Amino acid sequence: MKRILLVSAPIVLFAVLVAFFYAGLQRDPTVIPSPLVGKPAPAFELESLGNPDWRVGSADFTGRAWLLNVWATWCSGCYQEHEVLLAIARENRVPLLGLNWRDERPKALQWLAELGNPYAAVAFDGEGRVAIDWGVYGAPETFLIGADGTVLHKHIGPLTLAAWRQDFVPRLPEAAP
Amino acid sequence: MIPELGHFALVLALLLALAQALLGLGGAARSHAGWMQAGRMAVAGQFLFVLLAFLALAQAFVASDFSVAYVAGNSNSQLPLFYRISAVWGGHEGSLLLWALCLAGWSLAVAIFSGSLEETFRSRVLGVLGLVSIGFLLFMLTTSNPFERLMPAAADGRDLNPLLQDVALALHPPLLYLGYVGFAVAFAFACAALLAGRLDAAWAKWTRPWTLAAWLCLTLGITLGSWWAYYELGWGGWWFWDPVENASLMPWLAGTALIHSLAVTEKRGLFLSWTLLLAVTAFSLSLLGTFLVRSGVLVSVHAFATDPARGLFILGFLTTVIGGALTLYAWRAPRMKSAAGFELTSRESFLLFNNALLVVALALILLGTLYPLFLDALELGKISVGPPYFEVVFLVPMLPLLLLVGIGMHAGWKRGQLATAGRRLLWLAAVALAAAIVLVAAIWGGIRPLATLGLALGLWVMASALLVPLDRLRARARLPAALVGMSLAHFGLGLTTFGITGVESFRIERDIALAPGESAELAGYEFRLVGLRSGVRGPNYVATEAEVAVSSAGRPVATLRPQKRVYHSGGNPMTEAGIDAGVARDLFAALGEDLGGNRWSLRLQYKPLIRGIWLGALLMALGGAIAAFDRRYRRAATVAPR
Repeated sequence: MKRILLVSAPIVLFAVLVAFFYAGLQRDPTVIPSPLVGKPAPAFELESLGNPDWRVGSADFTGRAWLLNVWATWCSGCYQEHEVLLAIARENRVPLLGLNWRDERPKALQWLAELGNPYAAVAFDGEGRVAIDWGVYGAPETFLIGADGTVLHKHIGPLTLAAWRQDFVPRLPEAAP
Repeated sequence: MIPELGHFALVLALLLALAQALLGLGGAARSHAGWMQAGRMAVAGQFLFVLLAFLALAQAFVASDFSVAYVAGNSNSQLPLFYRISAVWGGHEGSLLLWALCLAGWSLAVAIFSGSLEETFRSRVLGVLGLVSIGFLLFMLTTSNPFERLMPAAADGRDLNPLLQDVALALHPPLLYLGYVGFAVAFAFACAALLAGRLDAAWAKWTRPWTLAAWLCLTLGITLGSWWAYYELGWGGWWFWDPVENASLMPWLAGTALIHSLAVTEKRGLFLSWTLLLAVTAFSLSLLGTFLVRSGVLVSVHAFATDPARGLFILGFLTTVIGGALTLYAWRAPRMKSAAGFELTSRESFLLFNNALLVVALALILLGTLYPLFLDALELGKISVGPPYFEVVFLVPMLPLLLLVGIGMHAGWKRGQLATAGRRLLWLAAVALAAAIVLVAAIWGGIRPLATLGLALGLWVMASALLVPLDRLRARARLPAALVGMSLAHFGLGLTTFGITGVESFRIERDIALAPGESAELAGYEFRLVGLRSGVRGPNYVATEAEVAVSSAGRPVATLRPQKRVYHSGGNPMTEAGIDAGVARDLFAALGEDLGGNRWSLRLQYKPLIRGIWLGALLMALGGAIAAFDRRYRRAATVAPR
């Protein structure tokens, strides 16, 4: 009996390994979840892109869900996702706050004038200080922040409608009216 | 046209592998001589068609046929001919073809050189090898066809990864694959023995030279890879504990354990079921390595193009082959009982310790390699396990192993007779320890316990490996090849240990910014940046070359010429380190970034004893080769099997 257990041990161990490998195949080890997800969103207040006298910040959205989109005119992925942002803005479920990152005001304003403005407000982060607090690797990145002020989801790279429907919409507080 | 013929040849090879497996296993089961003979013919046919496919792909590379997608992705019209040929296995599809070719080659070698084997046994071995071939050929044809056409054809190829444009790395994969696939022979021998339900000393005698041959190829392959990483990656490291490196080290450890336990099985008929399990394990780990590298389940610097469909196929293949063999093992192994006993100080028990320690090392590395995967699958977060873990856990079994190697070589079979050798060994150990202490104090200064221990163990293993051959020489006794091989391999192990300890304990590294004319001091050497030349032309790259003059106490020692190469096909610049190699130390300079203002960052390194690592590994492989050609294996050809 003991010997049978002994000679069967390798196949049992191997079966466990196979189960893990199968599970591992369904995952992408290079995806690193944002440490911010599930944590309170870092508060910030910056100059508005259009008017340096106005202040724009996370406090503007206290008590409701909102999106933070990090973008810049030098970023080709941002150009690519702009249509998607406009579509999301038209759905009118959740306000978009743009974080214009390491950019130049005139160029950014011209970009919005030419391509359309999906943002409820745009904060100007010329030195990239706020982006550091948010752990931004590169533009574009999009965060979903819940009504209680916690980060619910982070999307790295150009946003697509598929990703919006799959990863963002189910996390919205309630189906839009 | 030729690529289509190559594709067709692969299909034919698959059909012949199918015939090889069915006729081989079926013929053995029914004792049908005609089937068994036809199975052997199928082996030759399979090899021929895989070879044709390989040649067809090589032709597409030599002729720069960029209408073949794989050629377009891995070659370039400016690539020198040598690298156009080595580019055949520079990517996923072609390296699989090389795997299949190695496997078919080993199978053919078994078919030709195993005339002395019992007919049904040989037939089973070839049948099992055929099953493995089916898996690889099917994998290639369904998910990774190297002959896929590109419509429309590319104007020029994307080029072979510049990192791979190097002689050592051109030879590294074939040797590695010969090693991996060579363990398939031991695996097939084990499966055939399990199918037959019996195993004896003759079995071990047949299996041993094949295992040694595979092991020495793997040793050489790993050594070349490590040497390449040292001079090409620009960090001056020789081992990084990357998952892909671990994937080659694990089968090597299992194979090392296997050649030792085979010795016990051959001489004393012991450890039967353990040896079988190791034979299955060594090849299983080779397959596992393939899965880990190509499925994308782990993050590694050796990025093969990964694809979930491929991962799923390999996993299925893995499950079939390994699962099948282990099930067979669980079913049949209880019948294989070893009858004889042995004493604690006999050679058997030392080899048992050897196996236990090697398997512990193997298990710890496997655990570290797969740990990130386990945690991720259990939703416990993403982590990476790095050198700090591996360096510590590898040391734990290795230190006692090195100590015991020196004693075990002198123990007799069955009954220990250490009393006579014991006193000499004790002396030897004391001398090795004293020499290490003196060496550390005299050359590097101070007392370094771990470094002293490592150097002492290296000296101890080297010295005790020479003891028996020297005795025999003095007594003018015969020196059998097996003894010479074993002593040489163990001497190499000692030398590698000596080198690893030296370089890891006493290396000095310095990253520094220098302008032409300035100099820096490192380990008593003065490194002076003489100047920089840009626009140094190679066949398909342009390099910036620095001239670094090294002197010691005013006397010139060497001139290093590190390069930074930009290949015409684009991509990141590649570093080519400037190295002055020596027995006692290497001086290493790698060129970094242009910091502006005529200043360049340079990485300067002093690497004592590093050559010992690779020289020792080469001696291990040489020892394996000599032992594999021992007369008794050739004599075995005339001994009728039971």
